[in-house]
Amino acid sequence: MSSESSVLAHHFDDLEQQHEAATLGMWAFLVTELLFFGGLFTGYTVYRWRTPLAFEEASRHLDLWLGTINTGVLLVSSLTMALAVHAAQLSRHRAATMYLLLTVLLGAGFLIIKMVEYGHKFTQGIYPGSIENIHVPPELAAQGVQPNNVALFYSFYFTTTGLHALHMLIGMGLLLSLAVRTARGRLMGEAATRVEITGLYWHFVDIVWIFVFPLYYLIGLT
Amino acid sequence: MSLAPLSLHKPNYLSVSNTLRSWLLTTDHKRIAILFLISITFFFFIGGFAAVLMRLELMTPHADVVDKEAYNRLFTIHGVVLIFFFLVPSIPGVLGNFLIPIMIGARDMAFPRLNLASWYLYLIGGIIVLTSILIGGADTGWTFYTPYSSVYSNSAVFTMAVGVFVAGFSSILTGLNFIVTTHTMRAPGMTWFRLPLFIWSHYATALIMILGTPVLAIAVLMVAVERMGVGIFDPALGGDPILFQHLFWFYSHPAVYIMVLPAFGVISELVTCFSRKRIFGYTFVAAASLAIAVLGFLVWGHHMFVSGQSAYASMVFSIISFTIAVPSGIKVLNWTATIYKGRVWLTTPMLYAFGFIGLFTIGGVTGLFLAAMAIDVHVHDTYFVIAHFHYIMVGGTVMAYLGGIHFWWPKMTGRMYPEGWAVFSAILIFVGFNLTFFPQFLVGYLGMPRRYHIYPEEYQALNILSTAGASILGIGYLFPFTYLLWSLRRGPRAESNPWDAAGLEWQTTSPPPTFNFEKTPIVTQEAYAYELVSQEDDLPGRPNPTEGEIPVLDAPPQEDQP
Amino acid sequence: MSAHVVPIRVYMRVFAALMVLFVLTVAIAFVDFQHLLPFTGAAIINDIVALLIAFSKAALVILFFMHVRYSSRLTWLFAIAGAVWLAILLALTLSDYFTRHWLT
Repeated sequence: MSSESSVLAHHFDDLEQQHEAATLGMWAFLVTELLFFGGLFTGYTVYRWRTPLAFEEASRHLDLWLGTINTGVLLVSSLTMALAVHAAQLSRHRAATMYLLLTVLLGAGFLIIKMVEYGHKFTQGIYPGSIENIHVPPELAAQGVQPNNVALFYSFYFTTTGLHALHMLIGMGLLLSLAVRTARGRLMGEAATRVEITGLYWHFVDIVWIFVFPLYYLIGLT
Repeated sequence: MSLAPLSLHKPNYLSVSNTLRSWLLTTDHKRIAILFLISITFFFFIGGFAAVLMRLELMTPHADVVDKEAYNRLFTIHGVVLIFFFLVPSIPGVLGNFLIPIMIGARDMAFPRLNLASWYLYLIGGIIVLTSILIGGADTGWTFYTPYSSVYSNSAVFTMAVGVFVAGFSSILTGLNFIVTTHTMRAPGMTWFRLPLFIWSHYATALIMILGTPVLAIAVLMVAVERMGVGIFDPALGGDPILFQHLFWFYSHPAVYIMVLPAFGVISELVTCFSRKRIFGYTFVAAASLAIAVLGFLVWGHHMFVSGQSAYASMVFSIISFTIAVPSGIKVLNWTATIYKGRVWLTTPMLYAFGFIGLFTIGGVTGLFLAAMAIDVHVHDTYFVIAHFHYIMVGGTVMAYLGGIHFWWPKMTGRMYPEGWAVFSAILIFVGFNLTFFPQFLVGYLGMPRRYHIYPEEYQALNILSTAGASILGIGYLFPFTYLLWSLRRGPRAESNPWDAAGLEWQTTSPPPTFNFEKTPIVTQEAYAYELVSQEDDLPGRPNPTEGEIPVLDAPPQEDQP
Repeated sequence: MSAHVVPIRVYMRVFAALMVLFVLTVAIAFVDFQHLLPFTGAAIINDIVALLIAFSKAALVILFFMHVRYSSRLTWLFAIAGAVWLAILLALTLSDYFTRHWLT
């Protein structure tokens, strides 16, 4: 009981209650996050519905190859995250630490690829707010596609992926601090809860990408 | 008074420590509530001061106090500060934070540090908004409509938007804490249907906070992004400004219920206590809170009838808007039925509750006028709309807030306020409020548009009435501010239960100890078990109806016993 | 602790399913339904399939990686509430855009 009392916050009756509160709190927060990204997806849907050809034209300029690799990287990171939770639940400190660090590494890989991708776009003259460098092919221009509408796609692309990357950075910070804790093998019961709820967050960020990928990279390929 | 020495000897949450550090780093929900109380009062007077200047300007049809640019900034400050920094966090931040853990028999919120973070985010957001005001202020109105806000306005819109964004996260964290606390922290025996209605309405409020606020956050973030030159809503870039209105009102209509649902909760507590009766139709009142929270998300388009929104979408929004009147009506009906044949004790909080019920009803019914598309087209953006939502926000929320502050003041501070002054200012505020805003219904119906500093001569008489009322209202607000401060040192010490109220918060000392209860209470009965105490004739702490000057309306005895 | 420990073999199967769906969604993006199928507007099938796959992947992550399958009804309620509220935002906003041109 002494080990339990050291990790139980004063206002909870038992660890069960603390675990329940932490899990529910994270789910409520994820609902908030879903609606936060939901505003961006709503804007995307409205504009794509208004100017479908412009969105498809813009999408074809994204790097499908890098986007696909990144999707794979994130899916693998979700697996390592799930394995980290598994190890933490069974109090396997070394395994938990290793999987946490692996997840951070995969997250870093994702962000580096993303930076390379952004870099390519910038050298092509495509950056948030750019219109002058967007050239619409004549056959699409004949169908009423304007550079403005193409630029709107990039506004949403950069805002959505930028916010997504920010969420990943926050997640990686959380995972790193957890890895330090588990490596020291301290606070195991409570640390397992922390790994679990941080895992929920990490999976959520993955889910956002699961929708970003087809909606931004995979349209207009035919 | 006999209990006073007891609260002197045992340390309470206020007396445990008095260093600045102990306040700024506190995780005690009661101290955080006091922090909110102080900062919210500060912003109330900032927003109120902007209103004073506006009403002064509107005394004459000409520009004599401020010019049009300054006037635009004044109504923006008034709206942004009073909505995001007073009304939204007022009752949840102060009374909700203080009471929710005590009412459910918990030692603290589920996430005490998150609770403190919520206050700091509020404060940081507030400082950013004050900075925006100091560097010139925004002139977009609190609604930040695009493309004016995002492209054309030459004012400090960006800073203002960032302030609102940060304050939004304060609101999200508060809501998250309320939800988790209600789910996981209830004392043994405190089942959902034994919860005070204050908890139900705060739970419904918290749902709106976590479901709606993120959409506001992303909407103002998009405005900020567009101000940096990235096209999103600007029609010149192929965008659609109405998309912003959709995202904005997806939050901001439910936000009306963030402001008024906690007020409903306060009124349910006041009405039962001072009628000495159980609430009429507990389940209906509780369910109505949740129904309002859900339906509130389906009606936002009624703000956009003249925006260019599809007429068919407007019809759907209009019809759903009417249905919101049903749960709101249930509440008003049930409070009235609770008072009916109750032993009404006309204290200051009860006066505010009466004021609330009447004014909210007027505000709600005029809301139905506005939900009808044809009438809305006629009175859209006129003072009719201004009067309507001030009846809800000021006549409703502020009345309930003041009523709640008076009701729980003894619990929060351990001191009683001076009843005579309090009754006087409650009446003053009621009169001043009606004189301010009722003429605005008339002048709005006659066609005076909102957000102008000048107007045609024929509207002057009604505007002078409104300004006269506003000065009474303004002075009325200064009274509670003064005597409540005075009572902190000079007020008589409060007993633990000065109103003989039911509810767990009255079973602990005034002020409560840091962990709220000596030991975790075990709940064995439903809320509002007033018939258990109201049978006795001389209740402790309550003036005897035959000697006191406070009138007591007793039900006719022949109807009590057939 | 009340947390449910999910066997590793379940994680591995879910991951395999995710990878299959991932490859499938990329492959299908190149299928030209517009020319394969006789009716106009068949291109929307690409979007429908892509979204169906995305929802399936999300469901797998939510149910297994995020343990909702083994969680309390309350967790289900919150997960579903998030989806429902996003649907409200989308549906009522689009109800404006889809019907705006009816009256012109």
